[in-house]
Amino acid sequence: MQVLGIYYYWVFAILLMIGFYAVIAKLNLVKKLIGLTLFQAAVFLLYIAMGKMEGGTAPIYGASAEAFSSPLPQVLILTAIVVGISTTALGLGIVVRIKEEYGSIQEDEIQEIDRR
Amino acid sequence: MTVLFGIFLLTLLLITAVAIVRARNLFVAVMLMGIASLLIAASFLLLDAADVALTEAAVGAGVSTVLFLSALSITSERERASSSRPLISLAVVTAAALIVIYSTFDKPRFGDPEAPVHSHVSPWYIEKTEEYMEIPNMVTAVLGSFRGYDTLGEVFVVLVAGIGVLFLLSGGPGFDSGKSPPPWAKAGLRHYLIPRVAGRLLIPFILLLGLYIQFHGEYGPGGGFQAGAIIAAAVILYALLEGEQNALKVLPRPVLIGLMAGGAILYGAVGVLGILMGGNFLDYSVLAADSVKGQQRGILLIEAGVGMTVTGVLLSIFHSFAARRR
Amino acid sequence: MNPLAAQMPALQVIVPMLMAPFVLLLPRGLSWAAAAAASLLAFGIAAQLTATVIDSGPVAYQMGSWPAPYGIELSVDALSALLLLVVTGASSLALVGGRASLAAAVGEDREHYFYAAWLLALAGLAGIAVSADAFNIFVFMEISSLASYVLVAGGPDRRALPAVFKYLIMGTVGATFYLIGIGLIYMMTGTLNLADMELRIAEVADKEPILAAAGFITVGLALKAAIFPLHVWLPNAYTYAPHIATAFLAACATKVSLYVLLRFDFFVFQQNLSGHAFQFAAYLMPLAILGILVGSGVAMFERNVKRLLAFSSVAQIGYIMLGASLVSIGGLTAATLHLFNHALAKGGLFLAIAALAPLAAGLRLKDMGGMARQAPWTFAAFVVAGLSLIGIPGTAGFVSKWYLVSAAMALGAPGIALIGVVVLGSLMAVVYVWRIVESACFGEPPENPARSAAVPRPLGAAIWTAALANVYFGIAPGLPLRLSSSAAATLLGHVPA
Repeated sequence: MQVLGIYYYWVFAILLMIGFYAVIAKLNLVKKLIGLTLFQAAVFLLYIAMGKMEGGTAPIYGASAEAFSSPLPQVLILTAIVVGISTTALGLGIVVRIKEEYGSIQEDEIQEIDRR
Repeated sequence: MTVLFGIFLLTLLLITAVAIVRARNLFVAVMLMGIASLLIAASFLLLDAADVALTEAAVGAGVSTVLFLSALSITSERERASSSRPLISLAVVTAAALIVIYSTFDKPRFGDPEAPVHSHVSPWYIEKTEEYMEIPNMVTAVLGSFRGYDTLGEVFVVLVAGIGVLFLLSGGPGFDSGKSPPPWAKAGLRHYLIPRVAGRLLIPFILLLGLYIQFHGEYGPGGGFQAGAIIAAAVILYALLEGEQNALKVLPRPVLIGLMAGGAILYGAVGVLGILMGGNFLDYSVLAADSVKGQQRGILLIEAGVGMTVTGVLLSIFHSFAARRR
Repeated sequence: MNPLAAQMPALQVIVPMLMAPFVLLLPRGLSWAAAAAASLLAFGIAAQLTATVIDSGPVAYQMGSWPAPYGIELSVDALSALLLLVVTGASSLALVGGRASLAAAVGEDREHYFYAAWLLALAGLAGIAVSADAFNIFVFMEISSLASYVLVAGGPDRRALPAVFKYLIMGTVGATFYLIGIGLIYMMTGTLNLADMELRIAEVADKEPILAAAGFITVGLALKAAIFPLHVWLPNAYTYAPHIATAFLAACATKVSLYVLLRFDFFVFQQNLSGHAFQFAAYLMPLAILGILVGSGVAMFERNVKRLLAFSSVAQIGYIMLGASLVSIGGLTAATLHLFNHALAKGGLFLAIAALAPLAAGLRLKDMGGMARQAPWTFAAFVVAGLSLIGIPGTAGFVSKWYLVSAAMALGAPGIALIGVVVLGSLMAVVYVWRIVESACFGEPPENPARSAAVPRPLGAAIWTAALANVYFGIAPGLPLRLSSSAAATLLGHVPA
C-alpha cells in the first residue's frame, strides 16, 4: 500500500511536468489546451490520493462500511473538473475564432502575421 | 492485487501522457486524451472516489473529446513540428516538479487514518450527513448543502463558459446563423444503416441512464453534473445520426438558452428562498416544516438546476461549433 | 441589526450573479439597463457594508447556516470593504457611462451575452472579496477570470483573440498553482477555512509542505495579479479589450488577486513562517522595484496610448507591492490606499480613452493630435486623472505616494534608496503622461477629422465623476484612509483568535 502511496505523488509530479511542459513549450494552441488539461488532471490526482483512507470505502453509507475515505477532497475535485472543462471549452472557442481570423493556430505564425 | 493494478494504471497513464505530448497529429492526441481520462477515472475508483470517477469519465472521455474534435474539424489536425525554448521550459517545469517532490517527503503517510484530512473537518461530514439529511451519499450532501455555495459557483462557471462560447461564435467570418447549413448537417449518418439503427436503439437508454443518475445522486454516485453531461451526450449522438439541424428542431437554440439560464436561476432561487423563509442563503432546512425534509428537497432542486444548466450549456456549445462554416 | 442587513455579505455576490441569467432571457433592449441596475445595487450594498464595518467591525456570514469551518464562511473587514467599493464602483461607473461605446465595440446583436459576462465578472470579483474560504476563493476566481476573458475577447480588433488566449493560459496556470498550494495546506491541516487554517498550521510540525504551498500560492496569484515579471499577458489584453471593459478590468481585476495575496500572506502565513518579513523583503521588494522601473520605462517609449497606460499599470502594481513588502503599518496603509487611488486614476484615464477613441482612430500618440481642442472637457478630465497617476499634490495619487515615502523614511538609510525609486518612477510617469498631453495639445490634428466630436452625456458624467473623485480624495482622503489604515492594522497586528 505504501509503495502505491508514494507512487501516486510521483505520478502527480511527473504528470504535472508533462502537462506544464506542453503548455509552455508547444506552439500549437490546441496542444497548449491539451497540456493544460493534463496539468489540471495531475492536481486532481493529488487531491483524490490524499482523501483515501486505508481500509475505507467510498463515502456512501452502506450496510457493512465502517470507515470512509474523506468526501471533501472528492467534492472539491468534482468542482475543479467542471471548472477545468469550462476553461477548455472557452479556450477552444477562442482557438476557432483565431483560426478564422488568422488562418493559423500556431503561436509563432500568428505573431508573425501581427508584426506585418 | 489492488496495489499492482494501481501501479499498472498509473504507469499506463504516464506513458499515454508522453504519447499525447509527442503526437504530431492532434486527432491522435485527442483520442489518447480520452484514454488518459479513462485511466485517471479508473485510478479514482481505486481511491474510493466513485462520484469523481464517473465525472472524469463523462467529462474527460466524453464531453472534452467531443469539444476538441468539433474544434479540430474547424481548425486543423496537424501540428507543425516546432517548440519554443524547449530547454528553458524544461528547466521551469523541472523546478516546479522538484518543489513538489521536495514537499512530498513530509506528507502524512498515504491512507493514514490519523492524517489531518481524515481527522479534522471530514469526520463531521461523515457523522452529520446521516443526522441532518438522512441520505446515504456524503459526497452529494457536501456538494449540495454543506458546501452548496461552491457548487453554485461551479454552475455559474459553466454558465459563463456557455455565454463566452455563444458570444465568441455569434460573430466573425465563420458565422452562418443557420441559413445555409452544409448537407451533412441535414442528413447526418442517415445513409449508414447499422450505426443509425444501433444508435437509435441506444439513445433512449442513454437518456434513461441520465435521468437515473440525476435522481439517484442522493443514494449512489451521480448527480446533476454527470446527468447533464450524459443527457447532452444522448442529444449529440442524435445530432450525429440524424443531422445537426434535426437535433435543433427537437431542442431549438432558444430552448437551450432557456435551460442554461433557467437552471442557474432555479439554483439561485432555492438559495434566495432560504433567505425569505428566515434562514441564510442556501439554507435548505427552512424549506419544509421538518429540516431533514427541507434539506432533501433543497438538494433535489439544486441538482435539477445543475442538470439543466449543464445540458443547456453543453448543447449550446456543441451547436455553436457545429454551425461554423468550414 | 435588521434581518436584511445581516444578509448583506451574501447579497453582495448574488445580486449581480443572479441577474446574469436574467439578462440572457430578457428582451435585448433591456440588457444594459438590467446590468447597470444590478451593478448600482451592488455598489449600494458595498456602501452599506462599509458603513457597518466602520461602525461595528468585521461582519461574518455562514452560507447555508452551516458553522465554520464545515460550511463556507464569508467575512467582510476593512480591507474587503475597501476592495468592494473599488470593484462595484468601477463597474457601475463604467457601465453607466459605457453604453454607446460598448454597443459600437461589441455589436448590438450579441450585447446581451457581453453584459451577462460583465455581471458574472463583477460577481466573481465581489465573491473573492467577501470569501473566507480558500477553495471558495478559487471557484470565484475562476468565475471572474472566465468572465474577464469574455470581456477582453469582445474587442473589435482581431488581435484581441491571441491576447485573450494568452491571458486564459496564464490565468489558468496561475489558478492551478493556487489550487496546488491549497491542496498542500489542506493535506497538512485538513481545513479550508482561512482562519482555521492559520490556527492549525501552527500545530504542523514540518513546515516544508507549508513553505512549498506558500510558494505555489504566491506565484499563482502573482500570475493573476500581473506582478512583474509575470505581467506579460496584461499589456495586450488591456490594449485590445473594448475601452470600457479595460476601464473596469484595469481598475479592479488585478487588485483582487493582490488582495488575495495579501490576505494569504498576512492572515495565514505571517504568524506561521519564520522570517516572513524577511522573505517579503528579499523576494517581493526587488520585483516591486523592477516592476516600477521597467513598467514606467517601457511606458515612456510606448506609442500606443492604451498600451502605454497598461505598462503604467504594471508599474503601479509595483508600488502596491513595494508598500506591502515593507511589512509595516505605514507600508501596508500606503499599499492598500494606493490600491484604491490607482483604481480611481486608471479607471478615469481609460474612461476618458473610451470617449476620445472615436476621434482618434488607432489610439497611437500621433492619432491624439488636436484632441485638446476637439474634446476639451474630456481631455481636461484626462489630465486631472493623469496628474493623480503621477502623484501631484492635491490629487489622490499624491496621498498614497506620500504615505509610501513616509513608510520608507522610517527604514532609515535603505529607505532613502526606496524613496529614490518612488521619485524616479513618478518622474517617469511625468514623462509618459506628458507625451500624451503634448501630442494632444500641440500635435497635428488628423487630416480628415472625425465626424462626431460629441461625447455621450453619460460617459462625460462618468469621466468627470472619476476625475473629481481623484481631486476629492486627494484633498479629503478620510474614508479610504480610514479603511486602509484599519486594514493595515488588521493585516499586520493580526493575531490568531
